[in-house]
Amino acid sequence: MSIVRPYGDTTGDGMVQLSFTLPLSSSGQHSKHAEGAALQLANKMGMDPALVVHSKPMGPDFTFFVVYGRVNHLVDTDQVEVVERDFPLLTPKEVNSAVKRSLRRRLVVVGACIGTDAHTVGIDAILNIKGFAGEKGLEYYRELKVVNLGAQVSVPQLVARAHEEKADAVLVSQVVTQRDAHLLNTREMSAAFREAYPPARRPLLVVGGPRFDETMAVELGVDRVFTRGTTPGEVASFIVHRILDGKAA
Amino acid sequence: MSQLGLDKAEVRRARTLARKAGRPIVKLAQQHTTVSVERATLRLAGLSGADAEGTPWVNRLADVVRADLEHSAELEGGGLAHGVALPVWDALVRGEAEDLETLAQKASAGSVRFRLPEGRDAQRARAAAKRQVAGGLRTIDRNRKERDRLIKRHGDAPRQPWIYLIVATGDIYEDIPQAQQAAREGADVIAVIRSTGQSLLDFVPEGATREGFAGTYATQENFRLMRAALDESSKELGRYVRLTNYASGLCMPEIATLAGLQRLDMMLNDSMYGILFRDINPIRTFVDQRFSRQIHARAGIIINTGEDNYLTTADAVEAAHTVTTSQLLNEYFAKEAGLEDWQLGLGHAFEIDPDLPESFRLELAHAMLARELFPDAPLKWMPPTRHMTGDVFRGYLLDGFFNLVGALTGQGILLVGMMTEAVVTPWLSDRDLALQNVRYVMNAAGNLREDFHPSPDGFIATRAREVLGESNDLLERIIDHPNGLLDAIADGTFGLMKRPADAGRGLDGVAKKAPGYYNPASELLEATT
Repeated sequence: MSIVRPYGDTTGDGMVQLSFTLPLSSSGQHSKHAEGAALQLANKMGMDPALVVHSKPMGPDFTFFVVYGRVNHLVDTDQVEVVERDFPLLTPKEVNSAVKRSLRRRLVVVGACIGTDAHTVGIDAILNIKGFAGEKGLEYYRELKVVNLGAQVSVPQLVARAHEEKADAVLVSQVVTQRDAHLLNTREMSAAFREAYPPARRPLLVVGGPRFDETMAVELGVDRVFTRGTTPGEVASFIVHRILDGKAA
Repeated sequence: MSQLGLDKAEVRRARTLARKAGRPIVKLAQQHTTVSVERATLRLAGLSGADAEGTPWVNRLADVVRADLEHSAELEGGGLAHGVALPVWDALVRGEAEDLETLAQKASAGSVRFRLPEGRDAQRARAAAKRQVAGGLRTIDRNRKERDRLIKRHGDAPRQPWIYLIVATGDIYEDIPQAQQAAREGADVIAVIRSTGQSLLDFVPEGATREGFAGTYATQENFRLMRAALDESSKELGRYVRLTNYASGLCMPEIATLAGLQRLDMMLNDSMYGILFRDINPIRTFVDQRFSRQIHARAGIIINTGEDNYLTTADAVEAAHTVTTSQLLNEYFAKEAGLEDWQLGLGHAFEIDPDLPESFRLELAHAMLARELFPDAPLKWMPPTRHMTGDVFRGYLLDGFFNLVGALTGQGILLVGMMTEAVVTPWLSDRDLALQNVRYVMNAAGNLREDFHPSPDGFIATRAREVLGESNDLLERIIDHPNGLLDAIADGTFGLMKRPADAGRGLDGVAKKAPGYYNPASELLEATT
């Protein structure tokens, strides 16, 4: 078992910073009261002692606070739950040669932003040759055939194109999260693919976006959820791992 | 006197090349009409509202007219080629209905048949159409005068750049208090972001709307409600607060018309954005764009162009010259449509990778180039988005440097950057902190321009000249294509996106004008320009 606490300037001091807004006036005689309210919130959040280092009125009805303080919580690193990467990270060269060796044809990836989402940043970062975080996108991989359908593709369109292109993998990006649109769209998409394909023929379904929870793959009916900071190399490695390993088995 | 040592001949060449690239497009626009131009004409004549399914009456009426004319065999060029004005007012003159709305209702019930009038009938229809459409233009003229009056009465924004803040809740009744609060906090311009996907709707939704995705639908009623709310704010604050929306997508001409009718003050309006980023048919876009800009010119609306978008998909250093090229094309198309320098909010953005050495000097070089090329245009300066991460502290610093470039280059419109750009839709505190950032920089360095003269052989001036040179080369390459700009767009000269002229959304709504084509709005607007 390993226990850690936040680090300010001394091991174990437990110091954190926090900022928030309360819908309270802090003008004139209200200022002490508002700070007291901020302190109460910090205390209830486990910060003790807490120090309101900054409070600023924003208009007549709101106050912004910055609070520093010590938290009494302990972090047990043995109990941390994350989705660990369960596939080897390959270089583009390794991806290409793996595809060539096992498929003897190019692996087809169809990508899109579905629903009304017009934010192609995510799908473009993964697919465009330009890439992301210093890694080239999947278009750069010689053995991958990339079909980027762009934004605002409907689910039926996506299924039809996946059929037409004989897609091995379908990548869907969702940025807009208003009214849980990203979750609803993803469920609609995975259900449509399940309906359109026999289980063994269904393309690999991968969804990504900054506000997804990586642990939700099963619930969303997809093979993998990628979240913020995912690089093209990780996506390519995952696809190759799942598709080619399936072939080998 | 050029601070950047720009060669006057190079600057002249830039404008000549832009004109050469743009002129065939203008010709093309003059030779075609679109469903949205025709519907905008009906809106100018006062037709509004929608049927029980929410389909606007302008769509219903235009569709029936088009179908009826399509089926009369002797007409060439399809049902749209003569415009809707002659058949519509012919029906009114014949007494098929007492007004446009009734006519639209009857048309969708199938109880009116439209024809293309000839001879005296055509003359009568033409006169009636012109009279009624002129009424809409008079409303636009009145609104322009009213804006001038209100600016005189309340006062204008206290300084430049104007501070531009965005609201986007999806619900117009939530947007209103947020916009009023943003105005109180110091916004000079409020932009209501549209619902994601509205640009691909081939109709303008009707009424006050409360359901949108990452934005609020642009509707005539939403425009009216927000303008009225900001008129209250203007009175309260003693300065006229401007309202912005988006004339882009498939309904660009109609939305421009509604903006004029409801006294909006600025509109996003880019010559190529729809083509490149929305895959809207190039001809559709250029026709719609020209009409919408003629309306904006008449309405005294300031347009904001969308060059920032190039830098969100391409590298901001490698593609810097595409911004300049697009600004030059936007300027040419805008002036051709009758807009004046003060109405050209030409866009550019602070999107260079902050990890790149000398990134700030490069940003400054690009922004100064835009300032020098377009000395009388109120440039629109867009904040970093691409290299904003969850590190809000670093983002706040980046926004400070963005503001500093704005101060040093005399930007006209400054879209306030949010440190939470990549994280959440802005919180109340994010906006407050962002405005503190702007105020600090403007207070501390607002007049630094007076002392700041980059060395003529230094990094900044050299870079600016280099970008202008690359832009001129690109314009040359565009003109060298057999079909000029259209072919350049088709083969992916602008970024990776290939957009051929015979593909893209909205193509079926384009028609080549027949010899007898008549549109009273175009006639009246051309007379102004």
